[in-house]
Amino acid sequence: MPAKKTKLITLRKPVQIVGRGILFFIQVLTSFRPSLKQLKAILSQVYFIGTRSLVIIMVCGFFVGMVLTLQSYLELSKFGATDSVGTVLALSLFRELGPVLTALLFSGRAGTSIAAEIGLMKATEQLSAMELMAIDPVQRVVVPRFFAGVICVPLLTALFNLTAIAGGVAYAVYIMGVDSGIFWSNMLSSVEFQRDFMMSFWKSLVFGIVATFIAVFSGYFTTPTGDGIGRATTQTVVVTAVLVLIFDFIITALMSWT
Amino acid sequence: MKKNLIQLNNLSFNRGDKVILENVSLTVKQGSVVAIMGPSGVGKTTILKLITGQLRPDSGNVEVAGKCVSSMNHKNLYKLRRNIGVLLQNGALFTDLDVFENVAVPVREHSNLPEVLVRRLVLLKLQSVGLRGAVELMPSELSGGMARRVALARAAVLDPALMLYDEPLAGLDPIGASTIIRLIRDTNEAMEMTSVVITHSVEDMMQLADYAYIIANKKIVGHGTPDELRQNTDPQITQFLNGEIDGPVPFHYPADELTQDLLG
Ligand SMILES: Nc1ncnc2c1ncn2[C@@H]1O[C@H](COP(=O)(O)OP(=O)(O)OP(=O)(O)O)[C@@H](O)[C@H]1O
Ligand SMILES: [Mg+2]
Repeated sequence: MPAKKTKLITLRKPVQIVGRGILFFIQVLTSFRPSLKQLKAILSQVYFIGTRSLVIIMVCGFFVGMVLTLQSYLELSKFGATDSVGTVLALSLFRELGPVLTALLFSGRAGTSIAAEIGLMKATEQLSAMELMAIDPVQRVVVPRFFAGVICVPLLTALFNLTAIAGGVAYAVYIMGVDSGIFWSNMLSSVEFQRDFMMSFWKSLVFGIVATFIAVFSGYFTTPTGDGIGRATTQTVVVTAVLVLIFDFIITALMSWT
Repeated sequence: MKKNLIQLNNLSFNRGDKVILENVSLTVKQGSVVAIMGPSGVGKTTILKLITGQLRPDSGNVEVAGKCVSSMNHKNLYKLRRNIGVLLQNGALFTDLDVFENVAVPVREHSNLPEVLVRRLVLLKLQSVGLRGAVELMPSELSGGMARRVALARAAVLDPALMLYDEPLAGLDPIGASTIIRLIRDTNEAMEMTSVVITHSVEDMMQLADYAYIIANKKIVGHGTPDELRQNTDPQITQFLNGEIDGPVPFHYPADELTQDLLG
């Protein structure tokens, strides 16, 4: 009997958090107002978040493109199929690596700083002060950051894919001497817009929602202390990584079904 | 006979199992300056949060301007708060905005004034707390006392009908303190503004307040005008006013015997 009771208690907390998360998600969505003020706030956050993540996305994209090409070149050369190296690169990027890696990098770079920023605002009672001035902190602080993140992640994913392909070209064409015409035409003939390109887009959109929501949620509900803020940032990265990989499987399964 | 602007009726509030306030009743008349005093941790800030509707009482109710705050919905609460200025204990300035923009936040949010008027309003308020020269500084560049004065300007910028101050004078130098005291009194007289001032400084209370409530041990142990309180002989009040260590009001947070704790 007592054992059962403790089990229920340990289960209560995660259930509470998920419930609170769902309610908060609805609150964030319904707090959006298409007013000039809010659109401006969203744009300025897009600028902040975007510039924060730009360099890291490009550098990582370039190297991921190179290493992917290197690995597949080694393997393909065994079958004399090195011409297809562009195909392998493009398909793995668009379908998987582009959206997933971008979301993880975004969460580590921008997500953590969003969580810490909101957490600190809570700890220093800035959120309280807003409520007292009859300003809704969700509307003023959370909504701009959330929507900015959701806009940024697909854009950053596109940028990641682009630089990764540039990295692949740099390695395959300029270092290994694959014919550039064959490289491009193989890539273009095997990538399908609907199947591969849109998969990249849908995934990045969902991951953007997941990564940014986890960041604002962890920040907004943090324990208002230094320790609590530290935990919120760690939690942002860990929870985002797990959820992104779970959603990755679900979206892939759904899209290959149809 | 002036109306009651704030009324707490038999209010009790708990945090978990711990009773913070028990059966507290107090009234604040329109146009007066009322001080709420008491030792640290007794629940003064809690009372302020109950008045603004950030916390809800476990029993009893809070009325502001004749409306029951304790059962108000979000929308009405926000409407009410537009007429209340609150100075929080730590100032709580927005760290991403400079001094000018901090004070301008309520104006921009709740009015559509043209930029020229916003500027004039903000600069006048900053002038009254002596910080017009600091408009371009960021909150991180201010001292504690300066930050509190900026927060005061921000809370008062829309000339609310009711101002709540949580420790407005703590950490200010004597000149700063008397400026703020004069500011509170002046706005109170000129604008018919009602003020509730939380403080634990007896001297400040005597200078500032028309009426004061003293809280100890979860209850109101005494109230009256500063003169009445001075003449009161209740040991709980005299102990607090004279800062005596021994008396009915404990300095320590409730705990087991020290020797027991130390010996394990
Ligand atoms: N968020 C909270 N969670 C749990 N307990 C709290 C919380 N905030 C305050 N308390 C408790 O409520 C009691 C009253 O706190 P309050 O902040 O109202 O004191 P105060 O009178 O303003 O003290 P001070 O003069 O030091 O500011 C304290 O005993 C404190 O431990
Ligand atoms: Mg306090």
